[in-house]
Amino acid sequence: MDNALLRIEHIEKAYDEHGVIHDLNLVVEKGEVIVIIGPSGCGKSTLLRCINALEDIQGGQILLDGVPVKRDARNISAMRQKIGMVFQSYDLFPHKTVLDNITLAPIKVQKRTRKDAEEEAVALLDRVGLADRRDDYPRQLSGGQKQRVAIVRALSMHPEILLLDEITAALDPEMVREVLDVVLTLARSGITMLIVTHEMSFAQAIADRVIFLENGQIVEESRDPAKFFTEPETPRAKEFLRTFRYER
Amino acid sequence: MQNMGIDVLFKGRNFLRLLGGLWVAVRISLISVAISIVLGILMGMLMTLKNRPVQILCRIYLEIVRIMPQMVLLFIVYFGTTRVFGWNLSAEYAAIIVFSFWGTAEMGDLVRGSLISIPKIQYESARALGMKEGTLFRHVILPQTVRRLIPLSINLITRMIKTTSLVMMIGMVEVLKVAQQIIEANRKSSPNAAFGVFFVVFLLYFLICWPVSRAAVYLEKRWAE
Repeated sequence: MDNALLRIEHIEKAYDEHGVIHDLNLVVEKGEVIVIIGPSGCGKSTLLRCINALEDIQGGQILLDGVPVKRDARNISAMRQKIGMVFQSYDLFPHKTVLDNITLAPIKVQKRTRKDAEEEAVALLDRVGLADRRDDYPRQLSGGQKQRVAIVRALSMHPEILLLDEITAALDPEMVREVLDVVLTLARSGITMLIVTHEMSFAQAIADRVIFLENGQIVEESRDPAKFFTEPETPRAKEFLRTFRYER
Repeated sequence: MQNMGIDVLFKGRNFLRLLGGLWVAVRISLISVAISIVLGILMGMLMTLKNRPVQILCRIYLEIVRIMPQMVLLFIVYFGTTRVFGWNLSAEYAAIIVFSFWGTAEMGDLVRGSLISIPKIQYESARALGMKEGTLFRHVILPQTVRRLIPLSINLITRMIKTTSLVMMIGMVEVLKVAQQIIEANRKSSPNAAFGVFFVVFLLYFLICWPVSRAAVYLEKRWAE
């Protein structure tokens, strides 16, 4: 377990009196790709949001490289730079071009030179097949292209871990694939990822470990995705996975 | 032409005087608009704070400004406060104070509306990139707010320009007052001048306000999302 990058220890999260996450523990190793699935409202998006302290937690702690991630801590900006996040949609800055969306944080937050940031941005855009859209505004892009830009924007900060929060959920079906292909390439390149998704076949293909979450707790965990998706151990996971198949 | 009385404008320095009056009106509105934009942005930010007393105070201020006729405000400041507090306030300063007081409230409400219309995800994705609140506000939130704000505030700016015609009531010689003087002075020789001269005043207001509202349309199109 020395390889641990992120440790989530006994975290509790509640909105007002309504508990969302209870005593959740998770250790993410370097290079690991973890897919989190579960019914809506199970706390999976909240978990991701807690990890980079967009939400504060009521108990337990989250450690990245052994350093606590806390919402009101002084080092929160530095910590968040190590935690990339891509949201469901609408997170690009509409008043900036693709290139400026990507380079804003490297230049303003990491104080890199514009030239350096732009060179990297163009290289990354090229990797996701969007080098020719660098001067477009987000409104000129399709949903799938926007999400690919959002991924590049997160990568441009050189995060140690990438959190993907249902990044294809708002896309038209024919756009989903181009985005998932990019994520798969990233996974193969060894970047550590926590992925919340409803794309079960994608989950199976990409996951090193699958976590099934319900009512804010880990109900089932498997390092063998193929087995998990065909014959899960818990009745709840079985029932959940069945809803994704349409059978007469 | 004789019948409409426009010819009086070309007697002596009449037309220049009229333009001088126009400049007074434009100057008051420019200064007031500038002050209103700066204070209005601050006020709009205050209004989005989740602080009950601050919200209530801002609300009361806004309601006062909306309910009170601008002329009454002008009279209170120019005739009222100068008496009570014994200070020496020129009509122009009084006008700028009143117009800024009015503009700040209305602009504040527009800024508040623009600020809350920016989706929460914009704040979150900027924070997730490690931006601190200052960077976030300056590079992400403010530019988007201004883009939404400009078309809205143009309406306010043109209203302000038009409302400067009230300042002649506290003795300022702006374009409308000059027009009146010209008409009065030529009442015998050109009895129809009231039509021609006021018509020209109308055209002057139009020439000032129209480009402003065209600029808004242009910006709105350019920034369409």
